[in-house]
Amino acid sequence: MKTFAMGGVHPHDNKISTEAVIEQMPLPEKVVVLMNQHLGAPATPVVAKGDKVKVGQLIGEAQAFMCANVHSPVSGTVTKIDTCKDPFGLAKPAIYIDVEGDEWMESIDRTPDIKRECNLEPKEIVAKLKEMGIVGLGGATFPAHIKYSVPDGKKAEYLIINAVECEPYLTSDHRVMLEHAEEICIGISILRKALGVPCAYIGIENNKPEPIRVMREMAAKFQGIEVVPLKLKYPQGAEKQLINAVTGRKVPSGKLPIDVGCVVSNVGTTFAVYEAIQKNKPLIENILTVTGKKLPSQHNYQVRIGITYNDIIKHSIGELPENTGKVISGGPMMGKAVCNLDAPTTKGASSVLVFDESEACRNTETNCIRCGKCMNACPMGLEPYLFSSLVKNGRFEEAGKNNILDCIECGCCFFSCPANKPLTDEIRLGKNKYRGILAAKQKR
Amino acid sequence: MKPLSISGSPHVHSDESTKKIMWRVNLALVPMLLVGIAYFGLNALLISLVSVACCCLFQWLIEKFIMKVPTTLWDGSAIVTGLLLAFNVPATASMIWIVAIGALVAIGIGKMSFGGLGKNPFNPALVGRVFLLISFPVQMTTWPTVGKWFPMSLDTTTGATPLGVIKEGLMNGQKLSDIMASNDMPSLLNIFLGHIGGSFGEVCALAIIIGAIYLLCRKVITWHIPVSFILTAAIFSGILWLVNPEKFVDPLTTILTGGLLLGACFMATDMVTSPMSKWGQLLFGFGCGLLTIIIRNWGAYPEGVSFAILLMNAVTPLINRYIKPKRFAK
Repeated sequence: MKTFAMGGVHPHDNKISTEAVIEQMPLPEKVVVLMNQHLGAPATPVVAKGDKVKVGQLIGEAQAFMCANVHSPVSGTVTKIDTCKDPFGLAKPAIYIDVEGDEWMESIDRTPDIKRECNLEPKEIVAKLKEMGIVGLGGATFPAHIKYSVPDGKKAEYLIINAVECEPYLTSDHRVMLEHAEEICIGISILRKALGVPCAYIGIENNKPEPIRVMREMAAKFQGIEVVPLKLKYPQGAEKQLINAVTGRKVPSGKLPIDVGCVVSNVGTTFAVYEAIQKNKPLIENILTVTGKKLPSQHNYQVRIGITYNDIIKHSIGELPENTGKVISGGPMMGKAVCNLDAPTTKGASSVLVFDESEACRNTETNCIRCGKCMNACPMGLEPYLFSSLVKNGRFEEAGKNNILDCIECGCCFFSCPANKPLTDEIRLGKNKYRGILAAKQKR
Repeated sequence: MKPLSISGSPHVHSDESTKKIMWRVNLALVPMLLVGIAYFGLNALLISLVSVACCCLFQWLIEKFIMKVPTTLWDGSAIVTGLLLAFNVPATASMIWIVAIGALVAIGIGKMSFGGLGKNPFNPALVGRVFLLISFPVQMTTWPTVGKWFPMSLDTTTGATPLGVIKEGLMNGQKLSDIMASNDMPSLLNIFLGHIGGSFGEVCALAIIIGAIYLLCRKVITWHIPVSFILTAAIFSGILWLVNPEKFVDPLTTILTGGLLLGACFMATDMVTSPMSKWGQLLFGFGCGLLTIIIRNWGAYPEGVSFAILLMNAVTPLINRYIKPKRFAK
């Protein structure tokens, strides 16, 4: 069975919410829609205070190149255009909307029928992805219309669908595959057409036998879709590792997947693509897992963006347990710790993971014993122990020469370190410092 | 509700710890300890106890009164050093107090003077052993003979190690085939089972192999250093043996005698003092094997494993600097 070439770890997968059917999260009284829910520049608000908006109406327009449209997830009145602190405490431009009813744009097809035919040309598909504000839902929230506009001189040969979900705890992709297999396959066909590639490969890890079976059955009804089961190993869902696992190709340092003829899309994104292209529904909802070993119940929800973390917690489990230590947006390996539960969710949010105090606690750091576990775990073949000491001593340029920028911050080094050294933290610091040095040099 | 804690990812840990690794090494050393006690009796037991107790005591004293840091005794690394040091000395009554000096050197100079576990460039147990070998040459080369099982008296008759027999015979101008056939030389089976003279931890190849397999299975060590060490020693000694079988020992005897197996599996693989990358480890093992054979055949001492490993420890930082792991895409 295929997997990527080097490194990797095996965290406990803790997929305890796989049985929870996707439920619809009820509408709150107010939502806050952030203007940059994607990689790149924030969208520009195109509504004013007091305006009435409908579900799916454009409220933030992409004016920069690296940007994505933002649509209203609810119907109601715009009360404020201001900034709002995001889950990690950073102020971002935002539109505040009071919810009134649930009135959708007429153009959006809300019937449950599955629409299979798509007669759009590749260029039209990409234009519609841009219009609908589709971004990658795997975590990086890369605007889809840029990814699917293959630059001149380059050719896509492989479309790889990332259904690996290698992060422990997360089950949203798992549930989407079980419940929306056909829509996903239609979405994949559309993306295949947009890129003009002969075949799309769906990479799924072998700890998900049920999704593999369901997707295989469904893919058999479509042309040019193949399911590739992968051997369980974290971080298989990282773009470079997934390309390596499925095609055997390696994206060189500093290059993009398209440079080796590959385009990778998250499986959740393909579902959003289906809804956008076939149903005219912009990206106003995503699937989100609410999980944690110590929580009374586990859930998967379809959530309108802009609902706050507090609203989600209130609806799903009432309130956080008394000894809650940490709330994580995303998986435990690469997710970010949330400090502000009043913040709204964004397009890229994939989970609300709750850790109690003991799970949130880091062990005491001791001396490095040079065991090399960090090096053996690194999927990029780097030397985390070396970066740790170089960064501590301020030798950022030497760290740069040792390819610190190739680090994908998967966390395997810190995860496997017997001395509990916060290697990933130190490398993040080193990367930022080294990028700063490079930028300063360029200026001069 | 209390404020939420914030930290960078990852938020989970493998639960691996230095302590667990060191206690696994201690467990892997138990077969050698038991065999040592079975062959050499009370002496072996007392030497081990004194060595371990002194290593722990000196580490505790140094951390408490000189470094003024919380003690790291419970990580078990002082016990590893103590056991390995004990395994590397002859099980004679006089060693019981001498080993305490070795423990002081091993822990005080070999480890704590550099800042404790992880910072030492040389394997502490080997530093202690070589200090003793140079300072107490007579006591360190007076080997007890293996007689009955579980000898409970402190008196021992003295014998010689197979390597000592060979070295002395060659120095006296004897042919190797004559030496190998003589009564002083034990059979290969006895060499494998450890029924020979020698430091009490290194004699039994079987016990060492059992311990090493356990460490390999628990992923405390990788195969690279032991295999390249042993293979290099075998190939190099094999070439010499083919060139002149009357002067050079055959590869199998080379591997099974002296401290080569113990060194290759437990001393050279010390993670602190060996290279990090796979190719670096292979080079390290190669250097150890080569130096061992050179010292054994052309050096003043019959045994060269300790010196070979210490010399390679010294070049480990260079190996780490120049031999990088294979990058993902280069």
